[in-house]
Amino acid sequence: MADPAGGSLPRYIGQRLLLMIPMIWVILTLVFLLMRVAPGDPVSASVGGRLSEEALDARREAAGLNRPLWEQYFEYLGDAVRLDFGTATDGTPITEIIVDNGGATLTLTMAAFLVALVLGIPLGLIAGRFRDSAGDVGIRLFGIVTYAAPVFVTGILFKILFVEKLGWIQYSSDIATAPTEFLISENEITHIALLDLALVGEWAAFEEVLWHLVLPAVTLGLLICGVFIRLVRVNVLQALKGDYVEAARARGVGEGRVLRKHALRNAMVPVITIIGLQFALLLSGAVLTEATFNWPGLGFRVYQGILDRDYIAVQGIVTFLAIVVVVISVVIDIVGAMIDPRVRY
Amino acid sequence: MAATESVSTDTRRRRGVLRALLSPIRETSGLARWILLTGMFITAFFLVLAIFAPWIAPYGFDQVEANGVEFPETAPPSDEHWFGTNVMEYDVLSRVIWGARTAIEVVILAIVLSLAIGVPLGLVSGYIGGWLDRVLVLVMDALFVFPSLLLAIVAGFLFSNVAGGSIVSAALSITVIYIPQYFRVVRNTTVSAREATYVEAANAIGAPRRTVMARYVFPNVVQSVPVIGTLNAADAISTLAALGFLGLGIQPGDAAEWGYDLQRAIEDVDAGIWWTALYPGLALTLLITGLTLVGEGLNETINPTLRKRRLRKVTLPPRQPETAEEAK
Amino acid sequence: MSADPREPVISVRDLRVWYGTERGPVRAVDEVSFEVRPGETLGLVGESGCGKSTLGRGLLGLLPEGAKMDGELNYRGEDLLAKSAKQRRAMRGTELGMIFQEPLTRLNPLMRISEHFEETLAIHEKGISKQEIRHRALEVLRTMGIPPTRYRSYPHEFSGGMRQRLMIALALVLRPAFVVADEPTTALDVLVEAQIIRILHDLRQSFDTAFLLITHNLGIIAEACDRVAVMYAGKIVEQGDAREVFARPKHPYTRELLRSTISLSTTGLNYIPGAPPDLVEPPPACHFHPRCPDAMRVCQTVDPVETTDAKGHRVECWLHGPESLIPEGGRTPLERRELSIADEA
Repeated sequence: MADPAGGSLPRYIGQRLLLMIPMIWVILTLVFLLMRVAPGDPVSASVGGRLSEEALDARREAAGLNRPLWEQYFEYLGDAVRLDFGTATDGTPITEIIVDNGGATLTLTMAAFLVALVLGIPLGLIAGRFRDSAGDVGIRLFGIVTYAAPVFVTGILFKILFVEKLGWIQYSSDIATAPTEFLISENEITHIALLDLALVGEWAAFEEVLWHLVLPAVTLGLLICGVFIRLVRVNVLQALKGDYVEAARARGVGEGRVLRKHALRNAMVPVITIIGLQFALLLSGAVLTEATFNWPGLGFRVYQGILDRDYIAVQGIVTFLAIVVVVISVVIDIVGAMIDPRVRY
Repeated sequence: MAATESVSTDTRRRRGVLRALLSPIRETSGLARWILLTGMFITAFFLVLAIFAPWIAPYGFDQVEANGVEFPETAPPSDEHWFGTNVMEYDVLSRVIWGARTAIEVVILAIVLSLAIGVPLGLVSGYIGGWLDRVLVLVMDALFVFPSLLLAIVAGFLFSNVAGGSIVSAALSITVIYIPQYFRVVRNTTVSAREATYVEAANAIGAPRRTVMARYVFPNVVQSVPVIGTLNAADAISTLAALGFLGLGIQPGDAAEWGYDLQRAIEDVDAGIWWTALYPGLALTLLITGLTLVGEGLNETINPTLRKRRLRKVTLPPRQPETAEEAK
Repeated sequence: MSADPREPVISVRDLRVWYGTERGPVRAVDEVSFEVRPGETLGLVGESGCGKSTLGRGLLGLLPEGAKMDGELNYRGEDLLAKSAKQRRAMRGTELGMIFQEPLTRLNPLMRISEHFEETLAIHEKGISKQEIRHRALEVLRTMGIPPTRYRSYPHEFSGGMRQRLMIALALVLRPAFVVADEPTTALDVLVEAQIIRILHDLRQSFDTAFLLITHNLGIIAEACDRVAVMYAGKIVEQGDAREVFARPKHPYTRELLRSTISLSTTGLNYIPGAPPDLVEPPPACHFHPRCPDAMRVCQTVDPVETTDAKGHRVECWLHGPESLIPEGGRTPLERRELSIADEA
C-alpha cells in the first residue's frame, strides 16, 4: 500500500481512489456469490410456502433468477454501477428505501460518533498521561466493558433504567407507538428528519425526535467510546515516548504542554486513520441499535428484512452500506495524509 | 498441498509451539498480570459452566415443567427459579447456563475453522507471493473492510439455507469474518520473515520450501496468534449473540442462545419485566469482558512498545568515609 | 552572572544515579566528581552502557521515573538537588541546555521550526511578543547558518546537518550557561561533524558556554575538548587536560582505549578483551580489574582511591594509588587465569 510519508499527496490520493474500485468490485462479487451460491433461491426462501408454484416461477422469472449465473452477475454489476440495488419483495426499490431511511441512520451514527469523541478522547488522554494509576485502570476497565457489552445489551439495560425505572426519558405516547411514520418526515427536503424539521420550523416535533435520539446515540456512542479510549491511550503512550518529547522537556516545557501540544497532537494522526476503520464498527452497531430501539434507519430495515426473510432487500442494503464504508475509509485515509505535513507536493 | 502437509507433520513440533504460545503468559508482570488473571478466571468460570451444564443447570434449556408441575410464565425470580422464567415458560437460569455452552461451542468451532483456513492460506500466500498473493490479499482486504456484522448476516443467510439454524451454521457464519484477520497477520509476518537472514540461510543450504515455511517461519508467526485468538473469541461471541438477536443465529429448538433470549426480552421491558434481559445480558457482557481482558493482558506483555520496564524503588545506601572498603 | 572565570559553572561531587530493576539496583553513575568552568568543554568518553548518557541527563534533571540521584550537584554555587521539580524545570533552557544525538526524531514532526522557538521562548519569558521571538530566533539561526526563509519550514524539510544546527540553535536561544551535548555528531557524516564541532567552538568563544561533550569518539575529544573525563562502569577513572591525558594516559583503560583507535597508521587490531561489566553487580573493588592487563591483587579487594598530580590530572587506579593504602602483597599481579574466570562472571 502506498506510504504517504515521503511521497507526494496527489499521488497518494490518486492511488487510494483507484484502489477503491477493485475493492468495491470484490465486495459486490462476494455478496453476489454468497447470496446466489446458496442452494435454493431467494424467492422460494422468502415466500416459499405461501404462493403457488406458478406464482413462484413468475416471480423468479421477474427477478431474473432463471438466467445463467454469468448473466445475473453482469446484470447485478451493471445495476450496482447505476446505483440500482434491486427491489425488495414488496416491490419497493431498494434505492427508495435507502433514501427514506438513510437519513435516520446518518443522524444516529453522527450523534453516536460525537458522543464517542467527546467522551473517549479526553478519557484516553488522561489514561495515557497517568499510566498505571487508579484512574488509568478505571478508565481502561470502563473502555473494555463498554466495548465488550453488546450494544443491544446496553440498549436494553438503558431502556430499563432510564425509561422504566428512573423515568428520565419519556416519550409522548403517540411517538412511541408509531416512530416509523413520525421520523420519516412529511416535508422531505433532505430526508434527514432532524434537518427537515428544523428547516420547516416544527420545533415540538424536533424536540421529540431528539428525545428519541438520546438513548440510541448514547448506547452506540459508548460502544465506540471504548474503542477510542484504547486507541487514544495507546497512541498517547507511544507519543510520550517520542524523542521530541524528551527534547522538549530538556528545554523546560512543562508536562501539561508536553501532553497537549506534543503527545496528543501527534497521537491524533494515527488515531484519525484508525477512526476510519471504526466506521464499519459504527454501522454494525447501528444495525443492532436501531433494532433495539425501533429507530427507523437502514439497520432497522435490514432487521425487518431478516425477519421477513427478504433476501434481496438485505443483500441490497448491506451492499450499499459496505460500499459506503469503503468510500468513507478512503476519504478518512486521505484526510489523515493531508494533515500530516510530512506529505507535501 | 504443501500447507496441509506442514500442518500434519508438526506433532513433533507441538511441544515447541506450545511453549511459544505459553511464553508470553509467563512473562507478564504487574498490572498486566492482574488483567490477564482476572480474565482467565472469568473465562474459566464460563468454561466450567459450559462443560458441566447438564449437571449444573437446574433444568433443560427448553424445559417447561418439572415433577408434573408446569413452570409459571414470566415469573419473577423465586426460590425455584433463581432468575425467574420467561414468556415461553423456560427457566432463565438454565438458559443462561446452557447458553454458555452454546456460546463456547460455537466460538471454539469458529476459531478452529478460521485458524485452519486462515493460517495456512496466509503462510502460503506470504511465502509464495506472486499473483496468488495479490489476489488473495485483495479478497481478504475486501472482507476485512466489510463491517463484520453485515458480513455475518450475509453469510448467515447462506449457511442457514445450507445447514439450518444449527451450531455449525452459526460457527460457519462467524468463521468467514475471522479468516481475513488470521490471513493478514500470518501473511504479513511470513512476508517479513521470508526476507529474514535465517530464511535466506536455510534456502542457501537447499532446504525445500515446505520445510523452510514449517520450521522457520511458522514458529515466529505462531507467537501472535494467542492475542488475536482471544480477542477474536470475544468478538465472535458478540457476533454470535448479535446474529441470535437479529434472528439469524441458532434457532431456539436447537440450543439456548443468549442473543435470541435478549431479542425476546425487549418486549418484556415495556411491561416492566427486567429479569429476562438482565441475566443473559450480564452473562454475555461478563464472558466477553473476560476474554477481552485475557487478550489485553497478553497484548500488554507481547507488544514491546507497551511494555513498561518494571522499575523498582531504589534507596541509595549511605556513604561510608573513604577508607579501604566501600559500601556495597 | 559569575564574572570570575575560575568559579566552575557546574560542580559535581560524589554524584550517584541508581535506578531499580528486578535484579537489583543499576549503578549507572557511581560517585563521580568533576567541574566544568565557563567557556570550557569537558569531554566525557566511555563505551556504550558505561553510564555517560545517564550522567548527562541527571545533570539536567531528565532522569526517568524510578531513578534516584544523590550527592552534590551545584550550578553556579546553587545546589540543584535541593530545588523543586518546578524550579529545575524553569532552569532548563535558560541555564541548562541539552543537545541530543539524533536530530530528526528530536524535533516534533508536526510543528514548524517557528513553533518550536515560540514554545521555548514563550515559556521562559512570559509576555514576550511574537515579533520579539521571531527576531531572536532568526538571530540565533543566522549564527548557525540557517536562512530566515526556512523559519516556517517543518523539520523533515532539512538535511541531517541542518537539523542538528537547528537543535543547537533551539537549545541555545536562551543562552544557557551550561550545555550537555550527548553524542551530537554520532549520527552525522564526517564533514557535517566537522561543521558542528566548529559551531560548538564558536559558541564557547562568543558566549562563554560551558559544555559537557559526551561521546565515544576519541577523535572528537581531541579536537573539541579542553579537558576529558574517562568513564567506566559508572565511575570516572581518569580526568584531566585532554592533551595531557591522551599523551600520557595514566589509567590502563584509557591506555587501551587509545590503543584500539584505528587510524591510517594502524597495522593490527587492538581491542580490550571481555565485555563491559554488568552495572547491577559490577566487579568488586576496581571495576576494570577483570579486563586490566596490569591488574594487581589489591585491585580485586580494595576500591581505588583518586590521586591528583601537579597538573590536575586525576586518576583512580592502584598503579598510581597512594602506597600507604596498599596492603601487604597487594602489588602482586593477578594471574591471567583469574582474569579469564572473572571475565566469565
